[in-house]
Amino acid sequence: MRVHILQRAGLLSVAMIAIAAAPAAAKTIRVSAEGADANEKLQEALILAEPGDTVELAPGTWKLTDGLSLDVANVTIRGAGVAEGGSILDFTGQQGAGEGLLVTSDDVFLTDFAVLNTKGDGIKSKGADRIVYHKLRVEWTAGPKETNGAYGIYPVESTDVLVDSVIVRGASDAGIYVGQSKNIVVRDSIATENVAGIEIENSYDADVHDNIATKNTGGILVFDLPSLPMQGGHNVRVFDNIVNDNSTPNFAPKGNIVASVPTGTGVLIMANRNVEIFDNILADNGTANVMIVGYRYEHKDPNYQPLPKAIVVRGNQHGRAGYAPKFPGGDMVAAAMGGSVPPVLWDGAGDAIVLDEVGVLSLNLPDVKTPQSEAKPAPADLSKGTPPAALPAIKLPESMEAKVK
Amino acid sequence: MKRIVAGVAAALLCVATGATVPLPEGRQGLIESDAIPQKLSAFGLFPFGPEAPLVSFGYTLRTPLFSDYTDKKRFVSIPDGKQARVLADGTIDFPVGTVLIKSFGWADVNEGRPVETRLLIHRASGWVALPYIWDADGRDATLALGGRRVPVTFKSSDGTTHSIRYAVPNKNQCKECHSLNGEIVPIGPKARNFLFPAEIKRTTSIFFENPAALKPAIPVWDDPGSGSVEARARAYLDVNCAHCHNPAGSASNSGLFLRWTDDPEGVNYGIGKRPTAAGRGSGGMDFAIQPGDPAHSFLIYRLESTDPGIAMPEVGRSTVHKEGAALLRQWIAQMPKQASR
Repeated sequence: MRVHILQRAGLLSVAMIAIAAAPAAAKTIRVSAEGADANEKLQEALILAEPGDTVELAPGTWKLTDGLSLDVANVTIRGAGVAEGGSILDFTGQQGAGEGLLVTSDDVFLTDFAVLNTKGDGIKSKGADRIVYHKLRVEWTAGPKETNGAYGIYPVESTDVLVDSVIVRGASDAGIYVGQSKNIVVRDSIATENVAGIEIENSYDADVHDNIATKNTGGILVFDLPSLPMQGGHNVRVFDNIVNDNSTPNFAPKGNIVASVPTGTGVLIMANRNVEIFDNILADNGTANVMIVGYRYEHKDPNYQPLPKAIVVRGNQHGRAGYAPKFPGGDMVAAAMGGSVPPVLWDGAGDAIVLDEVGVLSLNLPDVKTPQSEAKPAPADLSKGTPPAALPAIKLPESMEAKVK
Repeated sequence: MKRIVAGVAAALLCVATGATVPLPEGRQGLIESDAIPQKLSAFGLFPFGPEAPLVSFGYTLRTPLFSDYTDKKRFVSIPDGKQARVLADGTIDFPVGTVLIKSFGWADVNEGRPVETRLLIHRASGWVALPYIWDADGRDATLALGGRRVPVTFKSSDGTTHSIRYAVPNKNQCKECHSLNGEIVPIGPKARNFLFPAEIKRTTSIFFENPAALKPAIPVWDDPGSGSVEARARAYLDVNCAHCHNPAGSASNSGLFLRWTDDPEGVNYGIGKRPTAAGRGSGGMDFAIQPGDPAHSFLIYRLESTDPGIAMPEVGRSTVHKEGAALLRQWIAQMPKQASR
């Protein structure tokens, strides 16, 4: 664990100093929250912007009734801060659209504003390559509630995704959710009081590092689900994060996959291959610091691979865990093991290597079709065997890194 | 080239007499330019007021998209000397310079005049969607790129009074539905759904290279004589959902695909399909469609909600389409129940 995480996360409260020089033809469109037509003016600015332009949000609060959207490539939306006194997009009175802000164009840079209380998702980007989410706050201000929107920050079907220095609170599904995408970095961000703090789903090649995932139901999730256009999730590194006290009771609407995440889960890997979990601080997660499981629901997808494979857990610091296991029968297992279960929980499906010097509990359910009621929990040693070659670091296009420098 | 003034009486008159109305000067040039005029009148499409566009022809759809019980009037303007062509997959290839025009209103609002008119213009650079809201005096309409909420009160066919803040979509929302692989495309006029008014059927060969390919195939959603409950439900899903719910549409990531051509037995058609990114839209249910049990099918739950965090479709609906939802309920109810999984 490196110490720079807290310093970098601290940037969230510091005003941005350097602004990269824009191309000569680019212009800045300034919009203000004042006036009866402020909402229409903002949406019009997002429509009339041309590639290279910046839409600059003045300090103030927009009381929005409809979703905003951006479909022009290479546009920056820049606010004047995420805290009170900054640029606040308040969707408390939203009447339409499935999200607060929808981005459907490439090379978009979102920075330094807040999105509050959307009825559905906070900020969604779909098919938006090289998107940069930076210094944003997405929040449901009343805290965890089942009536909150599903995802806070929601890039999907995109190549090259950067989520940097954001804070998300209160999402009834995942705070930061990256789905069906490739080449992803989520870093220096805070996810708190969501059902899932950070979730990487049906995606390839992701680095999730230097984040704080705290007080969610589950801290960091790496999932793969069947019957979706992109599946076979793999090559994900989860490192240098603080994942602690994920103790918020699950408040996801039933039916959604995260509704099955047990309260008190640190890092949860389901049905992926080549996932590395290393150098994290994992503590005070009542069910487990690390959980590795197969997809155990019935499905009809012949191409789907439900097992976790080639999962590596190493170099993590473990604090207290397993003292309130919320998986079915967990309390009985804990009682039989002297009050708590080991910090690493494996359902027995697929394969994993655990080099952390802590105990592993296996449920011994190698076949995902076996019901969980037939679990035979017992300590397991997963330290033998040769770990696969280490995954390379994710490298994003230089144009993306330049935006956040 | 014949051209009609497409008010109903006027259309009959013009076609019957073969009258030709001269086009306003420079109209086609503006249509094919990159201009986004503030006033609809600039296009010269409505020289005689909102009820009577000067266009190639009007058309209807066997099963239309539900839009808050609006009466929609649909027209096409095809440039002189050019023709549309029906492609093998049933979509219609309209030539550059074509304008698809759709006006939305209610019989009991503004004395039946339209509230808004949307243009879908085929330019050399691709299709562009422009929303115009009619001015209070009904003489012209003004561009509303950013969209707008318009308060209206109307009665639906069962006599229920609705007071809603009707949403005129913004330019981007037009694209959310009219999107295929990120490009704007027309969605209504497809060979399987397209109907000419009887009076111009004889003249389709003027506007279409291959008019014989215009074979309406899907049933009329609310006409039991036109197809079984299942067939009509699938027509309804095709028209109301599949413009987003297809592998190249705005809802591609959901894995729920509801085109007329999709396999209705497949999990991607919703039967036994778990929510993907539904959030509150799951309503606490496990499956989009639970055979035999519409009350536990969240597809129904989403269609019957107007909460933006739950409702489907995501744009273009501030009221529940009771009659449409009832058809889908009937379809799901008559599916054989499956063992619970």
